[in-house]
Amino acid sequence: MSLFSKENGAVFTGPLNINNPIAVQVLGICSALAVTSQLKPAIVMGLSVTVITAFANVIISLIRKTIPNRIRIIVQLVVVAALVTIVSNILKAYVYDVSVQLSVYVGLIITNCILMGRLEAFALQNGPWESFLDGVGNGLGYAVILVIVGFVRELLGSGTLLGFTIIPSSALMENGGLYLHNGMMTMPAMALIILACVIWAHRSINDKEK
Amino acid sequence: MEHFFSLLVRSIFVDNMIFAFFLGMCSYLAVSKTVKTSLGLGIAVTFVLLITVPVDYLLQTKVLDANGILGVDLTFLSFILFIAVIAGMVQLVEMFVERFSPSLYAALGIFLPLIAVNCAIMGASLFMQQRILMPAENSQSITSIGDCFAYALGSGIGWTLAIVCLAAIREKMAYSDVPKPLQGLGITFITVGLMAMAFMCFSGLTL
Repeated sequence: MSLFSKENGAVFTGPLNINNPIAVQVLGICSALAVTSQLKPAIVMGLSVTVITAFANVIISLIRKTIPNRIRIIVQLVVVAALVTIVSNILKAYVYDVSVQLSVYVGLIITNCILMGRLEAFALQNGPWESFLDGVGNGLGYAVILVIVGFVRELLGSGTLLGFTIIPSSALMENGGLYLHNGMMTMPAMALIILACVIWAHRSINDKEK
Repeated sequence: MEHFFSLLVRSIFVDNMIFAFFLGMCSYLAVSKTVKTSLGLGIAVTFVLLITVPVDYLLQTKVLDANGILGVDLTFLSFILFIAVIAGMVQLVEMFVERFSPSLYAALGIFLPLIAVNCAIMGASLFMQQRILMPAENSQSITSIGDCFAYALGSGIGWTLAIVCLAAIREKMAYSDVPKPLQGLGITFITVGLMAMAFMCFSGLTL
């Protein structure tokens, strides 16, 4: 099988839409909701998960024939925990403010169901290159949802995107304008409702295509 | 003692694992179809929390900390160590339940071993790690092993409360007319969102 064959293409693009880990497989919800009150942590989180899923998939796929079946969960957890430790330290070194915002949720990538799901369902049966594509695809599928939810919540909640002001301050109520930020959007509860709307839209579009 | 109860009540209502931090969402959504199994899972989660949080606390303060027995700051190893403790404890609980309550073991099925990758368990340990660093007068701080038990018990009860409430609502919701693309997952998310909003009214609670 060549490196960029049709099957490999499907492995990569499937999770981006039709087989999206959040909207369809319902995996990795915890962090998807908690880090999306602003766009920047959402992007950083999405990229971290992509990197970790891709490399965990490759490592497990390389050693899949030597892992005894009974203790595979522990082996997977240790591999993932080591990768998460590395990523967490890199984030602390280069983007300290974001790593403070993400707080425990970087550590919680270890227990992110997307990782365990992909390792169990894909990496244990497939070669390293397919597993790598599958990991990147699933990580990006996760990141896309995070970015959508983060975009809506930051724009409506605080009128900014990536920290840049989008809604001019002269339009605000306290400066004599007519606009008021929706403070609800920064609350945890709205993350659930926006994600529900994303899933709703995703399902109605995909059902029509069928 | 006052701090103990404050920590307990705060972690049930204000810092609720599900509604404030979204921890343990995967099994929360998957198992909350009937009240009975969700209650069983809630009790299992509480039990695992009650063991792992104090054990992780001892590891963090006595071994990994710079002032611990090794005298070296090994905090960067905490992720690996915590997940190893959790996976081991879950295995132990699984054997225990299988030996003494086969009916509960059969009811929980695959979700019992999956507690190992339940974010609520790992999250509680990581929050505990953060709270050790808080000043002692802060109502969220954890300064002793007793505080750990209070925090673990409160978090577990809070999680159980949330999953039982959702299961009860979902049992009734089976009879309602929901738009097709919203059925199942979508409407469950909206329900949880509304429940989270209701729980926000506790956020001003001070003890």
